Amino acid sequence: MMIRPTSAGAGFLFAGVLLAVSATAALAQGTGSATLDAVAKRGQLVCGVAGSTAGFSLPDSQGVMRGIDADSCRAVAAAALGDAGKIRFVPTTTTNRFTALQSGEVDMLYRSTTWTLGREGNLGGLFASINFYDGTGFLVKKATNVKSVKEMDGATICVQPGTSTELAIADYFRVNNLKFTPILIQDLAEIQNAYLSGRCDAYSTDASALAAFRFQQGDKATDHVLLPEIISKEPLGAMVRKGDDKWFDLVRWTYFATLIAEEYGITSKNVDTFMSSNIPEIRRLLGLEGDMGKALGVDNKWAYNVIKQVGNAGEIWDRNITPMGIPRGINNLWNKGGLQYAPPMR
Amino acid sequence: MSTTTTTHAAVPERERPPAMVYGPIAWARANLFNSWWSTAVTLALIYLLVKWAVGFIDWAFVNAVWTVPTTPQGTLDPTPCRNAKEIGACWAVIGDKYRFILFGRYPYDEQWRPAICIVLFIALYVMSAMRRFWRKELALIWIAMLTVIGVLMWGGVLGMPYVPQDTWGGLPITLILATFGLAFAFPLAILVALGRRSTKLPAVRMLCVVYVELIRGVPLISLLFMASVMFPLFMPVGMNPDKLLRAQVAIILFAAAYLAEVVRGGLQALPKGQYEAADALGLSYWQKTGLIIMPQALRLVIPPLVNTFIGFFKDTSLVLIIGIFDLLTSGKVALAEPIWQGYSSEVYIVLAIIYFIFCWCMARYSRGLEQEFSRAARR
Repeated sequence: MMIRPTSAGAGFLFAGVLLAVSATAALAQGTGSATLDAVAKRGQLVCGVAGSTAGFSLPDSQGVMRGIDADSCRAVAAAALGDAGKIRFVPTTTTNRFTALQSGEVDMLYRSTTWTLGREGNLGGLFASINFYDGTGFLVKKATNVKSVKEMDGATICVQPGTSTELAIADYFRVNNLKFTPILIQDLAEIQNAYLSGRCDAYSTDASALAAFRFQQGDKATDHVLLPEIISKEPLGAMVRKGDDKWFDLVRWTYFATLIAEEYGITSKNVDTFMSSNIPEIRRLLGLEGDMGKALGVDNKWAYNVIKQVGNAGEIWDRNITPMGIPRGINNLWNKGGLQYAPPMR
Repeated sequence: MSTTTTTHAAVPERERPPAMVYGPIAWARANLFNSWWSTAVTLALIYLLVKWAVGFIDWAFVNAVWTVPTTPQGTLDPTPCRNAKEIGACWAVIGDKYRFILFGRYPYDEQWRPAICIVLFIALYVMSAMRRFWRKELALIWIAMLTVIGVLMWGGVLGMPYVPQDTWGGLPITLILATFGLAFAFPLAILVALGRRSTKLPAVRMLCVVYVELIRGVPLISLLFMASVMFPLFMPVGMNPDKLLRAQVAIILFAAAYLAEVVRGGLQALPKGQYEAADALGLSYWQKTGLIIMPQALRLVIPPLVNTFIGFFKDTSLVLIIGIFDLLTSGKVALAEPIWQGYSSEVYIVLAIIYFIFCWCMARYSRGLEQEFSRAARR
């Protein structure tokens, strides 16, 4: 999920220059956003996703893309085009995702991509939102009685090679003057078996993946403990191309709209009852006053469409992440002990 | 079941050959039990084989879980599978996911269309394999069938909704990549092989040599990467040839380079006298090539040709690295579903069976073809 970016090549620069030129040319007419104009003309949003990560984006048995990344894409389609169904998902891999964005093959990426300086500075992308705060965690067996990573001096740890997890563990153990033996296993099923069969004392990867893995153990889930230390920051979110600020605004505010809706308790089921609300921010959110949509270059009903067709942030979470057994934790709203905070809509 | 009894007329029984000289018992004695050492090895191997077979049958059939109950929320409850882990196979994963594995993200209600396409592809293979269809009309049939397949897959006419090709997946993608790949690569390969042997056109020869060596010098995976990652960067913004098409072109170019070398091998194996005899008859270059050289050269290289074909059929699964859902990728993605993680053996066995059937048929057919063609030589 978090393979380190390899050399991106000068092609990015080249594509970036071309994009900047075409973006300024498009300013003369339309909405002021080359991407939004292209999406409107096509009548379809093209969204790059992983297509292979449960809970984020994974086709179900009927081939329909499910997950918070998929639903976040649908929300943008609802905001831009008024119809969450006008969307095409392009599965991308960790190697071709940035090229797909740069070359215009996709309009945006929601591909469980970690927001880092390198990716914004070098790769010509901008992160518009964080729909999932993740981090590297540790899973141990309850029988070992380990309560903290600090007690794991000399432990063997199962980890996937080439991931940012591997780096994070090495850094953390060095800083804390602890020793550990990594057991590097590429295949996911194999690494999980290695941990279960006791080949390693701990299994380390993204905390969300660990929670999901623990949940899959069914009755035996309580035999495993997720240690309290989260040793790295992995904010995952939407990435758009640099040079199209209006499009960036729309993607970012679509996400904020789902947060604001959750704050006010507006869901896909009760959104219509709020149409007579007196609260100014709700009226602005639902397009009853303030011309917020016009400012973004879309219909004033944009956020109404998002909430009605996709739901608020809490609904998206409950639909996709709760069934995997991952607690909401820091992904909750700011006023419920989490980090999700939307600026005011006014 | 049958209750009929037949009475034979008194045909004088032919005397059976002695059991100790001919027949299965004699064969076993001669080959499996001819010394104490070979008897020991035979018995040990039989023991291992039976033990393994019994274990496999237990796992795959006796203790297998075929279906899992549905929870009141409408999701599947994999508890029976979890309880049978290590003891029995969980075929319920196939029951839940077989349509996804076969057809990928193709819209669920329209999946009869790719299903018909698979049947059409197989019909096309069978027809092309039968000698009585080896006429000029076969090319027309191919064009017609491929058009029908295209119409079915894309739709947009005759009341069928349009399905963009990035939602195609599963077995049709594998068959499309392999069929179009080899169908276009083969003629290209013949031209390149001829070009490489050309003595009168040094420029063409150099071009063919450079093409073959360049393509053969890099792995298919890097060609696919180039097609998927590098190529779009050199195109004007907004102009994006489809990902599937780019992968298809990469596979055609790669296959053609390999097939060209196989064909060239056949050309080199032909005695010089054949060329000279054709020249002596006053045939033009293309007549000579089409009527004398190619039929003989291609016959010589059937085994390596089929070898390359089989290799490429399986190599199409490499498109997984650029995010195309071919048969293997669909299987892997089906396994990413949380409730089915850990049941990879079941899915991979099914995928292996599908791949094996296609490859085995190709191998069998080439054997038949070889025997038929070598009849003249044996006479």
